[in-house]
Amino acid sequence: MAEQMRTITYRDAVREGLREALQKDERVFLMGEDVGRYGGCFAASKGLLEEFGPERVRDTPLSESTFTGAGIGAALGGMRPIVEIMTVNFSLLALDQIMNNAATYLHMSGGLFNVPLVIRMATGGGKQLAAQHSHSLEGWYAHIPGIKVLCAATLEDARGMLWGALLDPDPVLLFEPSVLYAMEGELAVDAGAVDIAGARLHHEGRDLTLITYGSCLYKCLDAAEQLEVSGISCDVIDLRSLRPLDEESFFTSVAKTHRALIVDEGWRSGSLAAEISARIMENAFYELDAPVERICSVEVPMPYAKHMEEAALPQVKTIVETARRMIHG
Amino acid sequence: MSHDRSTNGQPLTDREQSLEFLRQMLRIRRFEEKSAELYSAQKIRGFLHLYIGEEAVAVGVAGGLNKDDALVATYREHGHAMVKGMAMNTIMAEMYGKVTGCCRGRGGSMHLFDAEHRLYGGNAIVGGGLPVAVGLALADQLQKNHRVTCCCFGEGAMAEGEFHEALNLAALWHLPVLFVCENNYYAMGTALIRSEAVVDLPSKAASYGVETATVDGMDVIAVAEAAQQAASQVRQNGGPFFLECRTYRFRPHSMFDPELYRSKQEVEGWKQRCPIESLIRRIREKGWIDDSRLGELEGAVAAEIAAAVDYAEQSPWESLEELTRFVYSESEVR
Ligand SMILES: Cc1ncc(C[n+]2csc(CCOP(=O)(O)OP(=O)(O)O)c2C)c(N)n1
Repeated sequence: MAEQMRTITYRDAVREGLREALQKDERVFLMGEDVGRYGGCFAASKGLLEEFGPERVRDTPLSESTFTGAGIGAALGGMRPIVEIMTVNFSLLALDQIMNNAATYLHMSGGLFNVPLVIRMATGGGKQLAAQHSHSLEGWYAHIPGIKVLCAATLEDARGMLWGALLDPDPVLLFEPSVLYAMEGELAVDAGAVDIAGARLHHEGRDLTLITYGSCLYKCLDAAEQLEVSGISCDVIDLRSLRPLDEESFFTSVAKTHRALIVDEGWRSGSLAAEISARIMENAFYELDAPVERICSVEVPMPYAKHMEEAALPQVKTIVETARRMIHG
Repeated sequence: MSHDRSTNGQPLTDREQSLEFLRQMLRIRRFEEKSAELYSAQKIRGFLHLYIGEEAVAVGVAGGLNKDDALVATYREHGHAMVKGMAMNTIMAEMYGKVTGCCRGRGGSMHLFDAEHRLYGGNAIVGGGLPVAVGLALADQLQKNHRVTCCCFGEGAMAEGEFHEALNLAALWHLPVLFVCENNYYAMGTALIRSEAVVDLPSKAASYGVETATVDGMDVIAVAEAAQQAASQVRQNGGPFFLECRTYRFRPHSMFDPELYRSKQEVEGWKQRCPIESLIRRIREKGWIDDSRLGELEGAVAAEIAAAVDYAEQSPWESLEELTRFVYSESEVR
């Protein structure tokens, strides 16, 4: 029997995930700037304050470091906090707590204190929000041992990754690309928690592996459609988890296609794309028929003007052109 | 509201209590003297921050806490770990980097943790423990545990944004945190007057609506009384309290500090107020201790330290195969 589907936005899927978590586990609470009365800066938590009350949906002052640290302390104290930081740019004010405390406590304490904390935040460009609201810094976070880093590209993951993250005993950063909140699509009526481990193959092909995550998934899928028409078929992999990386997913694919193109909204230097490229080189070098290539954001603080921002971000056209060149020379 | 407190000159009232405070301060003092020696012998490495001179603060504050209260401390926390109930063995072994240390040698001197005694570190980021303490208290509030989270930090931390964020949030949410500022007047080499435009520290906490008190941190009885009152107020009202303990570190900041920033006379002046010697003087006046009893006390402490050193010496190193453990949890917690 076909699954019952309904139309839903990414934002509403996130809210369903939050609601489920608050319903299922009394230890769960949500805190962050404007998550309550305002309804969340992207309206993801709209209505939850009314439903769960101010103890469990907590508006915080503009104190990123301290409410993130308070999330760590509350997790140590037996709660299961969800900390929302409006965007990844503001998370830099909480970097001390994330890096120096959340990521280190388990290790520094020789295994005594794990930190079951989930931190959600929006990421990425595409909305003309300029150079302090548009960057994709999740690749930086993926550098840090001790935390896990997820990015929800699909409605299923927007709906289900949160619970998976809450089940994890360690700190998990869950990224939500801000351009996707308004995305509408079909989701199973009974969609629920998903496994947070492992990448997902979205499109199957023989000639080229497109490796991506987040909102670039849709650019890769568009490119794959266009390439299909001209006889180039692609695997499109959504990494989903940036740390740990499901490297088997792209090793397996590259063993089939012998070509890999990584599409990453982060800047090129020292990027997640660089890491993936290195791993392919280290582990699947002899499978390759062509050098691994990368499409990343241009190395410039994000400009405001639309045409400039578009030029700075990975685009479908560039993906298609690069793929053609990789195959046909 | 601010109270200035000192009991020096007033008669002691509790013999057992006074002797126990003395014993605890001696344990810290002698343990750290030994640690300094072991540092020179290269048995202990990394950073080593001694608490010598400040013992009355940890001992007195612990006197106001219950066993199940939490403590968040800094890198200068050997004393805090001891008064919270941790055995010297496990602390010394940690400083040696041995697998029998409280953190299996992963933390070292600056990162002592203990689940049983609710010591949540040893934090080596100035100010970094304050938000965590706020969160521990939030967890207690939400779970209706009537416990206090005590957070100790130096006056240097009060220049950090995290101090201000944490005090505001603790006051705003009425959280049971006892903030203890160990004001030893120097942050490494920077004197308080060179780092704060306003050196009246409690006034900063008071500006967030937090109740405050200041106490002579060289007087263990006074610290204990103040901490007792502060902690019971936190326990009763639920909200935070800020206690400033005025103290002084007799030793360099860490083992790499030529102390160019303060004069010998100043240090000598404070040493005249040594919390241990002044307590001994007062106990002697009462006739509660004599040379032989003091000798016994010192002897027992020395034996405890010798045993700890022996334990650390004999303990094995963690196998290198374990290197990548404890990055992620090995089992589900739910
Ligand atoms: C965020 C941060 N900045 C700088 C340092 C380096 N540092 C270590 S201790 C210290 C002085 C702190 O003084 P205070 O808070 O008064 O505590 P005390 O050492 O006197 O006990 C500094 C600057 C650090 N560890 N963390």
